[in-house]
Amino acid sequence: MGLMDRHAVIEKNATLLLLGSLLVVTIGGIVEITPLFYLDNTIEKVEGMRPYSPLELAGRNIYAREGCYLCHSQMIRPFRDEVERYGHYSLAAESMYDHPFQWGSKRTGPDLARVGDRYSNAWHVQHLTEPRSVVPESIMPGYAFLKDTRIEVKDFSTHLIANSRVGVPYSDDMIAHANADLMAQADANADTSGLERRYPKAKLGDFDGDPQQVTEMDALVAYLQMLGTLVDFKTYDEAAGYR
Amino acid sequence: MKFGTEIVLLSLFAFAALVAAGFGVDEPFRRHMWVLFFAVAGFTAILLRNTEFKPTVPIDPAAYMDGPIRYGAIATVFWGVVGMLVGVVIALQLAYPDLNIQPWFNFGRLRPLHTSGVVFAFGGNALICTSLYVVQRTCRARLFGGDLGWFVFWGYQLFIVMAATGYLLGITESREYAEPEWYVDLWLTIVWVAYLILFLGTILKRKEPHIYVANWFYLAFIVTIAMLHVINNLSMPVSFLGSKSYSAFSGVQDALTQWWYGHNAVGFFLTAGFLGMMYYFVPKQANRPVYSYRLSIIHFWALIFLYIWAGPHHLHYTALPDWAQTLGMVFSIMLWMPSWGGMINGLMTLSGAWDKLRTDPIIRMMVMAIAFYGMSTFEGPMMSIKAVNSLSHYTDWTIGHVHSGALGWVGMISFGAIYFMVPKLWNRDRLYSLRLVNWHFWLATLGIVVYAAVMWVSGVMQGLMWREYNEQGFLVYSFAETVAAMHPYYIMRAIGGAMYLSGALIMAWNIAMTILGYRREEDPMPRSIPALQPVRSGARKWA
Repeated sequence: MGLMDRHAVIEKNATLLLLGSLLVVTIGGIVEITPLFYLDNTIEKVEGMRPYSPLELAGRNIYAREGCYLCHSQMIRPFRDEVERYGHYSLAAESMYDHPFQWGSKRTGPDLARVGDRYSNAWHVQHLTEPRSVVPESIMPGYAFLKDTRIEVKDFSTHLIANSRVGVPYSDDMIAHANADLMAQADANADTSGLERRYPKAKLGDFDGDPQQVTEMDALVAYLQMLGTLVDFKTYDEAAGYR
Repeated sequence: MKFGTEIVLLSLFAFAALVAAGFGVDEPFRRHMWVLFFAVAGFTAILLRNTEFKPTVPIDPAAYMDGPIRYGAIATVFWGVVGMLVGVVIALQLAYPDLNIQPWFNFGRLRPLHTSGVVFAFGGNALICTSLYVVQRTCRARLFGGDLGWFVFWGYQLFIVMAATGYLLGITESREYAEPEWYVDLWLTIVWVAYLILFLGTILKRKEPHIYVANWFYLAFIVTIAMLHVINNLSMPVSFLGSKSYSAFSGVQDALTQWWYGHNAVGFFLTAGFLGMMYYFVPKQANRPVYSYRLSIIHFWALIFLYIWAGPHHLHYTALPDWAQTLGMVFSIMLWMPSWGGMINGLMTLSGAWDKLRTDPIIRMMVMAIAFYGMSTFEGPMMSIKAVNSLSHYTDWTIGHVHSGALGWVGMISFGAIYFMVPKLWNRDRLYSLRLVNWHFWLATLGIVVYAAVMWVSGVMQGLMWREYNEQGFLVYSFAETVAAMHPYYIMRAIGGAMYLSGALIMAWNIAMTILGYRREEDPMPRSIPALQPVRSGARKWA
């Protein structure tokens, strides 16, 4: 068995063994992952996607911080039951600005990819505060503390800048207004014309029922309420989006 | 002065942590830096109390360096108990949600603590300490690099403490099994490169011409984890004095990078590394050579080549392109073969020593580990088939699969290795009690069986309930009804986990007593003394 004899060379040379293993384990990743950055048909073209508004981004960070992704997916598979239960199957484009992605891997709770606009703000606040008061079967932890936690905004533009550095198209205008937009989106009396121009379809108003301050509850509910609402599936043409 | 350089460097490190605690831009970061400060300052104080000015005793360069391994064995048992305890707690939280204590002890923050606790703290310590034990003995060489072994051990413990406290404070990248934030990732990178240098350096100064097969697996595990860790954790910090960062990739690309990492955390951390463990400790305990040298070569290269492709099976039917999903599925199914190659090589090593299964509970533990390895490496490829996955994905079936691998394979083979190593490391002629090992074996085995069986039932039931239609064509169950249906299974699962945990507690007691030098007076295991054969008179040649 000549091949086995030749293998003895590797068994006696640690450097060869190291380089050989490294070479062998890199191939799969290169073949599977790199094309996703180059093939045009990886992400279909859709109307309506935009970067998260500062308040939504803050809410998304809370969603990640609390580990919501461990029990809630944000990825509807193209099956009849899932589409009927949760809405149109998820498109790759819908998470194109997600750093990181939040597709999840487990549904201890329901999928949230299109939870936006399904319930009222008050329902979300009550559900997050005391889950079993609205869904008796729920096993979700309570998040009442979010209502008492004021959003720490020193300089939220740094978050937008970090995102723009990894490819999210935040404009200079968006970055300049980051702090003001964050506060205005949760303030029922604020002038939101600039915000609405920068972030079309952003949900506005006081979310947590406490107009005095902008809390983490405001941010999280603002995020939940926009999930899956950016793409209008009444006008979405599957064939046209296919590249 | 003993520890002179260490004390100076650590003081500077503690001071830097203090500065970061003062100037951090977000509250969690400031708190986290306080944790770092107290951890490092406390460690410095311990070194200061133990310093002395006597001239240092020269080290025998031919002797093995077992200090970090002894600490590693203790750390393995300690973190194992902690990680499994958190597992039982979160299992109970799913059955009784009122056990969530917001904000720090909610399920969402404790779950990464459990997974990192068992995978990286328990499994990682087991891998590091056994690899250093094995590499010295199979190379007949002392660990490379002087005190580098100590740096790897303590540096890794600091990583664990920072990761664990970070989760409770809400500091996470939200990438499963790679949750620590950018600065903890950087620290782990430094420690891991030091580990690679330590391990490779020791192989390079070996006195044996051949590199033993266990070391191939350990080496492949170390170098692949380095690659996976660095690429998956590429991210852009918001501030160098803040805890938050945004991942370099987004959406589809981010998802595949994460599961390329995630599945190979299983493939290389939890499989290749532990196969290295198997290839040393099973032959040693059974006192038999490895079954097939040729098989070990083939399954080694096939395993490490194929594993890396399997990641996309975590993303079946998602927005990941179809070609990538299919590729992931095909390679996952092929992976069945090299996995079973390892199982066969491990099990057949016992040929000629199967009788030990009756008498030696440590061998029994190792064999059960290999059996569970075979079982879960069959289940895995099956679940990667798209049609099966459409039912199993998002359900408890996945959780059951992970645990039959983690509790069955990773846990049992580590327990076996610990039971083998500890008496030798502390120069005891035997364990405190072999009968307690037997108790541990049965509690752990029954615990896994309960756990896995319950999760199969609940997972399949969950998947079927979600897709159940009635005659009129409407969905039968609301989501909330499927949650309620899981309740009895979640209780049973917690019981299975608690059995496994109680086995680990027995091990902790047994190991502690062994280290302290106690020997339990007990009858030997049944049948371990050969039964006297009825002897015909006149045949007593040995009298």
